Amino acid sequence: MDIYKALVDIVGEEFVSRNEEELYIYSRDSGLTEREKPDFVVMPGSAEEVQKIVLLANKYKIPLIPVGASLTLSGLAVPIRKGIVVDLRRMDRIIEVNRLGRYAVIEPGVTQGKLKAFLERNYPDLCHSMPDAPPSATVVGNILIHGQGNLSQLYGFNSTMVTGLEIVLPTGKICRIGSCSLSPYWFAVEPLPYLAGIFLGWFGTTGIITKLGLRLYPRKRLRDIEVFVLDDPEKVADVVYRITHTEMAEDVITMEQPYPMMFRDVVLVQIYFNGDSEEEIEFKRKMLWNSVMNYIRSRDGGFMFLTPDVQEDFLEKPASSVTRFADVMKGGGFVYCGAIIPVEKFAEALRKLKEIAKRHEITYGHVGRIVGRGHCMMFSFSFPFNRADRASMERAKEALHESYLATLELGGIPWKPELFAQKMILERMDKNAAELMKQIRGLLDPNGIMNPGNWEVEP
Amino acid sequence: MMDIHRCFRCGYCKFPDDFSKYNCPPYARFRFESFSPGGRLWLTRAFLNGEVDFSKHLSEIIFSCTACKNCAENCRMGFKDEIVDWIVSARREILERGLAPPFVRDFLENIRKYGNPWGLPRKQRADWLRAKKYDGDDYLLFLGCECSYEDRGRSMAKNFVEILERAGVSFGILGENECCDGNEVFMLGELGLFQELAERNKKTMSELGVQKVIAISPHAYNAIKSYEGFEVFHYSQILWDLIQSGEIKPGELRKTVTYHDPCFLGRYNGIYEEPREVLNSVPGLRLVEMERNRKNSFCCGGGSGNFVFDLLRGSYSPARERVREAAETGAEIIAVACPACKAMLDDAAKDEGLKDRVAVMDLSEIILRCGIS
Amino acid sequence: MFELKFDRAVCEDCTTVDCLVRCQYMDFDVEEAKREIMKLINGEDSVVLHECATCYACEEYCKRGNHPFYLITDLQEKKGIFPAPRPILRQWINLAIPGKKDFPHFPGAKEPVISLCLFPEYIGSIQGKLFEDVSVILGRHFFCQLVYLHFGKPSIIRERLPKIIENIANHGFKEVVFFHDECYSTFTSYANAYGIHVPFKPVHFFEYLYENLKKRESEIEPLNVKVAYQRNCSTRLTPWKEHYLDKIFELIGAERVERKYDRENALCCGGIIRSLQRYDLFVDVQKRNVEDMARANAEYCVFNCPACYSSLAKRVEEKGIKPVMIHELCKLALKRA
Repeated sequence: MDIYKALVDIVGEEFVSRNEEELYIYSRDSGLTEREKPDFVVMPGSAEEVQKIVLLANKYKIPLIPVGASLTLSGLAVPIRKGIVVDLRRMDRIIEVNRLGRYAVIEPGVTQGKLKAFLERNYPDLCHSMPDAPPSATVVGNILIHGQGNLSQLYGFNSTMVTGLEIVLPTGKICRIGSCSLSPYWFAVEPLPYLAGIFLGWFGTTGIITKLGLRLYPRKRLRDIEVFVLDDPEKVADVVYRITHTEMAEDVITMEQPYPMMFRDVVLVQIYFNGDSEEEIEFKRKMLWNSVMNYIRSRDGGFMFLTPDVQEDFLEKPASSVTRFADVMKGGGFVYCGAIIPVEKFAEALRKLKEIAKRHEITYGHVGRIVGRGHCMMFSFSFPFNRADRASMERAKEALHESYLATLELGGIPWKPELFAQKMILERMDKNAAELMKQIRGLLDPNGIMNPGNWEVEP
Repeated sequence: MMDIHRCFRCGYCKFPDDFSKYNCPPYARFRFESFSPGGRLWLTRAFLNGEVDFSKHLSEIIFSCTACKNCAENCRMGFKDEIVDWIVSARREILERGLAPPFVRDFLENIRKYGNPWGLPRKQRADWLRAKKYDGDDYLLFLGCECSYEDRGRSMAKNFVEILERAGVSFGILGENECCDGNEVFMLGELGLFQELAERNKKTMSELGVQKVIAISPHAYNAIKSYEGFEVFHYSQILWDLIQSGEIKPGELRKTVTYHDPCFLGRYNGIYEEPREVLNSVPGLRLVEMERNRKNSFCCGGGSGNFVFDLLRGSYSPARERVREAAETGAEIIAVACPACKAMLDDAAKDEGLKDRVAVMDLSEIILRCGIS
Repeated sequence: MFELKFDRAVCEDCTTVDCLVRCQYMDFDVEEAKREIMKLINGEDSVVLHECATCYACEEYCKRGNHPFYLITDLQEKKGIFPAPRPILRQWINLAIPGKKDFPHFPGAKEPVISLCLFPEYIGSIQGKLFEDVSVILGRHFFCQLVYLHFGKPSIIRERLPKIIENIANHGFKEVVFFHDECYSTFTSYANAYGIHVPFKPVHFFEYLYENLKKRESEIEPLNVKVAYQRNCSTRLTPWKEHYLDKIFELIGAERVERKYDRENALCCGGIIRSLQRYDLFVDVQKRNVEDMARANAEYCVFNCPACYSSLAKRVEEKGIKPVMIHELCKLALKRA
């Protein structure tokens, strides 16, 4: 069977490639995981084309790897068993925005930047929960890996904001989940049995999303930030508890890194808040200040005065400083273990991060994001490397692997884990839960074509 | 290219500053990651490291970059201003290894032999235009290859010459003695040829005592600025000066117009307002902006020689996307200030079936259309 | 090592206690002020140590030159009374530690030389007619350290200053122009008060600007504008140089508007007050200051201090007044001609 020709028949010659150059680019992401070239890269333009590709892959048992912008840095979009990479970014329509219902229906290729710009222009009182990944990242991709965004402190992981899904199942059936499965409205996945869970966090092993309903939230006119500085990490958990109790904050971020010097030896708690008027902003600011006044009085913590240019940097959405961390060693790369941990483990995690960095003689950075009212947090163990220096890449990789272990030892779970860390998780997981995962995958994907290698439960 | 490994492939380079659409012409056209600025840089590095062999497809990837500078404008890293230089260096390396693809080889050979990329006779450069030869005038009017040989460019030259004459501006042209400004030659990596062309033009101009130069093409404007020793103006700036001083007074034109910022005028040289001032000075003219304007302008896809070999052609071409974007504003006219843009957008309007809805006109044409006193 | 040249008898004999009575942030009558100053000179705790907004004004109010503010800051440190939270102080201590991009020496730098201290972002603006042939030294190896007066940690100043002076002196300069008022005040007022030897002559930026404007007087076209001047804290330490500023204004055609919060009544820009966690006071001083400028119909607010500029420029702009650094205003007057 001439698979190339079959793919050309589905999407047209312009959107299939077996050229070395495309295979090279899609064989790797910007992290440090294994590389493997696919056999083909294909760019479907519709759910029907996706379906045809899936049917073809099933028939000839060819691995399929659905990808967005491939920015996980943990190799989740790398075709480790070769096969067909399905780049979904041609499917980038914003199909619908329901203003009163505060939801949008989008295709998988819609970028974070596109959705942000679209809403700002057309629905300025609505916004979505946006991560600090580059704007080229896809909204759906981020949701599918349980990403977090600037509204996660208020509303939880971005994956909890799904109101409906259209999926091409691994066997080729197209399926709608949530209210959209029987109603013209995409308002919620409840109150039906929670099928959405079978597709969130599975790294594309259970199907290919072709439409997603997403909750939108109020966007207020003004946005401001207060940065609370502490020199004792042990106090961070309590500060976060107090701040989140006020219910005044939008995003709450922690940061600790050795450079620039003004950030060294202290932990910054960045508290974003918003309002439709100066009055609302000042009220929220006052509540936030009051919540930590005990620390101010004891001189254990204080709010930084931000000059306008520094404030502008902090308020940038997405924060390009996160991306710029890749150039800290003038080397074009960084890796991180995004540990999902209880907030009370903050100080211990920070200690471990510094130990790991010291042991591997590598600099580090930490950025954290509070999820829910401190129900947990994403704590990053981040290590930059120089792409032109093999030794620096090795050190970063080793530090990263140790960070995965440290995360699990803390009682946390690595977010969007690379294969190595997936195995660590599955080894420690409740055996019956792991078995359930295996059964579900076996049921949905009997030929094992969907992003094979990921979430593979050993017998 | 020592720092080429610093590209993280984050993708900021693909967008304008509000991230609303893909603003990198080859990425918007082909959509494979290999055609994005980051993909191109990674492949260049892989080629230089021997990980990837040279191929026709690689040459398409490398030469489809129009050098529009959107990537340099939007990259968030410290090396942003070097990105286009890296692409140019990669091209230089390819040429030096004797791997130039035929379309580039022909482009450069034609310039070397005939002084223009189409390989048309030298004497046809200016024999069609009735304009005074430069002889100590206030300004040298530098036409450039497109305005000398291509229909749409020629009409831009004719129109501007008419305005200058009616305004009584003292100017002259080089005629056959003008040779290609070399901007595209430089962008294609042929530094040696660029230097030859620059020296030739500089010599001609210096010997004639030229001090001030008006360029119609922003590509020529960009190149001649780098020659040094001359005061260079873009024709939109001269038009605005003439309007401000009252030398020309535009008549009424009740049309809705949108202005397309050329890359070499806008992002490369920061000239955004004078063309708009010219348009705003026309009574009755309503200027509307496309979503992507000024430093966010979406390149027509003609740069780096693509106005000749057009690697970005097809139904998904940037030019066609741009014309659709212009039509969405309700504009009846797309105002341009660059002969490459004029040709690309004019052809695209035809291909999109929008020629009746939206006319592509350059600034001089618009000024003449509304009548001047 | 370096001791404050303080004469307790001067304070004991003082009947006006201007330092505290005139304080704009604490309210004392003469009797209360006398009681508190006696506590201070006796090294005892006083409400002054806790409530001081660190605006430096008392140094100017004391006409006997007995350094009440330096006394306060030394005592705060001695007693462990920190105006700002400890982590904020830590940030300020760390930000001044030299890094890879800081050089202790600028070979080839010759007079006239301007020290830009911690403000490299202004290097682009030290260009043009007023700054021909000027050399620049900058970076943390030349940072004056005076800011630690705000944080109750003046020992850092005395600890680091000798090396800073050495770094400057190693170039062999006889005179150094200081862009930042704080630097000038450190190498004059503070150094003098603690007996720290400074082997070069500090020149204030105002003096430099005035002299160079005077040379180009024929090229100046008067601006004919009304300006409010934002007096920064350290100017209180060296008020004698302010006459140059008035001369500059006269030369360039800027009318320094009469307003309540100018000269000895000037208000702090608020930046440090906010860092001391006194948010309501911060809002209040900025509001009063800017409203005062607006009432006086100022078209520009002129700054000499980059930190004041960062703190206050936005507020000033919101009121329709143009914020401008003094040297930029001078350049404007030259440009027009």
